[in-house]
Amino acid sequence: MTQATPQGSPQASPKASPLLAAIKSVFLKEFFSTFFLAFRYLLKPKPTLNYPHEKNPQSPRFRGEHALRRYPNGEERCIACKLCEAICPAQAITIEAEPRGNDGTRRTTRYDIDMTKCIYCGFCQEACPVDAIVEGPNAEFATETREELFYDKQRLLDNGDVWEREIARNLAADAPYR
Amino acid sequence: MAKIIVDGIEVDVPPDYTLLQAAEAAGKEIPRFCFHERLSVAGNCRMCLVEVKGGPPKPTASCAMSVKDLRPGPNGEPPVMFTNSPMVKKAREGVMEFLLINHPLDCPICDQGGECDLQDQALAFGRDRSRYTENKNAVENKYIGPLVKTEMTRCIQCTRCVRFTAEICGTSDMGNINRGEDSEITTYLQTAMRSELQGNVTDLCPVGALLPRPQNFRARPWEYSKTPGVDVSDALGANIRIDARGREVVRILPRLNEAVNEEWISDKARQSVDGLKLQRLDRPYLRDNGKLRPASWSEAFNAIAAKVKATSSEKVGFIGGDLSSVEDLFAAKALAVALGVKNVDCRQDGAKIDPANGRASYLFNATVEGIDQADALLIIGSNPRWESPVLNARIRRRWRQGGSQGGDFPIAVIGEQHDLTYPYEHLGDSPDVLQNIVKGEGFGKILAKAERPLILIGAGVFARDDGPAIAALAAKLGVKGDWNGYCVLHNAASRVGALDIGFVPGQGGLNAPAMAKAGALDLLFLVGADEIAIEPGAFVVYVGTHGDRGAHRADVILPGAAYTEKSGLYVNTEGRVQMTDRAGFPPGDAREDWAIFRALSAVLDKTLPFDSLAQLRALLTRAVPHFAGIDQIEKGDAGALKLPAGDISAAALVSPITDFYLTNPISRASKVMAECSALAKSAALKQAAE
Repeated sequence: MTQATPQGSPQASPKASPLLAAIKSVFLKEFFSTFFLAFRYLLKPKPTLNYPHEKNPQSPRFRGEHALRRYPNGEERCIACKLCEAICPAQAITIEAEPRGNDGTRRTTRYDIDMTKCIYCGFCQEACPVDAIVEGPNAEFATETREELFYDKQRLLDNGDVWEREIARNLAADAPYR
Repeated sequence: MAKIIVDGIEVDVPPDYTLLQAAEAAGKEIPRFCFHERLSVAGNCRMCLVEVKGGPPKPTASCAMSVKDLRPGPNGEPPVMFTNSPMVKKAREGVMEFLLINHPLDCPICDQGGECDLQDQALAFGRDRSRYTENKNAVENKYIGPLVKTEMTRCIQCTRCVRFTAEICGTSDMGNINRGEDSEITTYLQTAMRSELQGNVTDLCPVGALLPRPQNFRARPWEYSKTPGVDVSDALGANIRIDARGREVVRILPRLNEAVNEEWISDKARQSVDGLKLQRLDRPYLRDNGKLRPASWSEAFNAIAAKVKATSSEKVGFIGGDLSSVEDLFAAKALAVALGVKNVDCRQDGAKIDPANGRASYLFNATVEGIDQADALLIIGSNPRWESPVLNARIRRRWRQGGSQGGDFPIAVIGEQHDLTYPYEHLGDSPDVLQNIVKGEGFGKILAKAERPLILIGAGVFARDDGPAIAALAAKLGVKGDWNGYCVLHNAASRVGALDIGFVPGQGGLNAPAMAKAGALDLLFLVGADEIAIEPGAFVVYVGTHGDRGAHRADVILPGAAYTEKSGLYVNTEGRVQMTDRAGFPPGDAREDWAIFRALSAVLDKTLPFDSLAQLRALLTRAVPHFAGIDQIEKGDAGALKLPAGDISAAALVSPITDFYLTNPISRASKVMAECSALAKSAALKQAAE
């Protein structure tokens, strides 16, 4: 068999005799070895998945689509401390805050994430002191237009409501390592 | 001088220096909470503990011990102090741990987060673990006024606010009640603070216990772009830092300038920022059939051009406003000169100040710093507490230092009586007592004996017919040898600058009150002039920022830039030239005033010879050279101070400011200032009822 050198050009081994090469060639050695390789893979279990009906297992630390969480009583967690906005390396987060009308507590009036800017580094959830902003397990949020990827606060809160069970489970699974 | 060795560095300091100051002289920083350079020493936070040799054998509060209190070594070696020994480290960690016992861990929702002394010092000097598992102390929040929000659980009882109100403000509004764990800072009956400087307690507070209420939860300190500026709410020209978030100016903080405002600013300077967003003129307007309608710049300019063409130059006038920068007025004056207009005036109140009498005739000649050297003070027709609260605080500090020959610092007032936060002798409401004082009777004796008497004349005095005569007597009292104690306290930030460039009527020109009269003029340009009522008749062009009095009267409105939206020069009442930088852009179609006059001049075929601010400034400094000296005072010549003597009427002097919080278009547009004004009025009524 010829071997590829680092330069990539095929070169006969200096030891291989011309006679041996002729025998290999006559008996189609390379043809049959390739044929058996293909045949072996035919019998092996298939590594491809029937996506989206089948999916790979996911780490609890997976950093997917963002969500804003609520407390069990329905109160939003985010307190507008703006640490996520400050740490975001892509400057994808925009927050505006003021005292909430009914009780004067510190809340956001605007919480936007530009998902096209986001690099999914997870710094926002690391910075969050109240576990409000998290990157959930969802990675299937492709859209047809750019504008749909400019998430506002309502969208993020809705995400949180939809994914709360999975997010809570993932946080609990990861908690011992923090 | 006394020698002391700080961490092996020998320094020579005055013996009355505290150890903390000595350490700073050696370049060592000592953490502190309760200590403040401008307040008395309390020594209650214990954060500044250091180790000393030659003093007590325990950690010592460096803010409360002087260098002279330490004994020298056995062979006369200088005393030694350590700021980084293991004992000091342990002491600081211990103090920090005690402070954090009852301090809530709510930095994420605390507006002080990011600029908090406790946060920074806990990071630098604290332990990284808490050993405290018991419940924390909680303290009820107090109401102390519309400007300051309290979160008293965060308070670490440093008592800076208590000392500030008692010593600087002179109102003793705040106090510390109860002891130990129950100790609380409060205004006793939970009334609003009464000082015009109360906003400064939010800067003093080392934690998030006292926070500016109007900026509640609005922004984080790292979001601000910080621009150095100059305050225009009074004529002191306090140095400020304009903090803008994006395009919006959110807050104004004082900037240190020992010669002007030290580190204080008035509440009007600090909290009228919301007025910069409200009532703004963001596009030109034209009056059609009695109603103002939005218009384009060219429409507005063409309307003005038609009017200018139809009017002879004797019937055109320019009135300069109180908040305009020197550049704006210079451009307006250049246009007036180009049009051949002589009716030009910046003195909306009709003040009889003539720049021809020399610059010394309208300056605060002794300078603001000179108050500290004065040995007697006579206030004529002014309420400095309202006309310039920060200057009043300086007078109060001078009074606290006492007289130069022992006893009290002598202060007397002619005019309305107000609570000025220091005691004074009231000589009468009418200025005719001045004649006796000049003769050396009564307070005149004290002034005659004084080496550096300071005669403070309110701007309101000059609005009277006998104003120059009063000023002439005051100059006689104030000028002694090298000392010029003749001090005019103006109310308008633009006034001195406008007088410097000669924004006054030319030969035969009308002054502002005469221009405002019905039938005097056909065309009147108001350059941000809102303090004067223009009688019907004239066609009024208003160049300004807010929908205030001037804009209501106007036939054409050209939207201008407020003081935070332009780079400009302002000259304060002592003649100090100061420059402010642009922190944001004017709203909508609004432009800087000088650019408006430049564009208008092109439409009028009188194109002014500058296309940029730099070119304008070059012309300005060529015309008036001292504008090149930023942050410098071109002293007025006391010898040239010649004021015409005259008769003095017996009418009582009145202060021109009736409501401290509502003196300019910005503060009148501000909701916060309106709230403060209403509160001050109701408090005054309550006091009158008692």
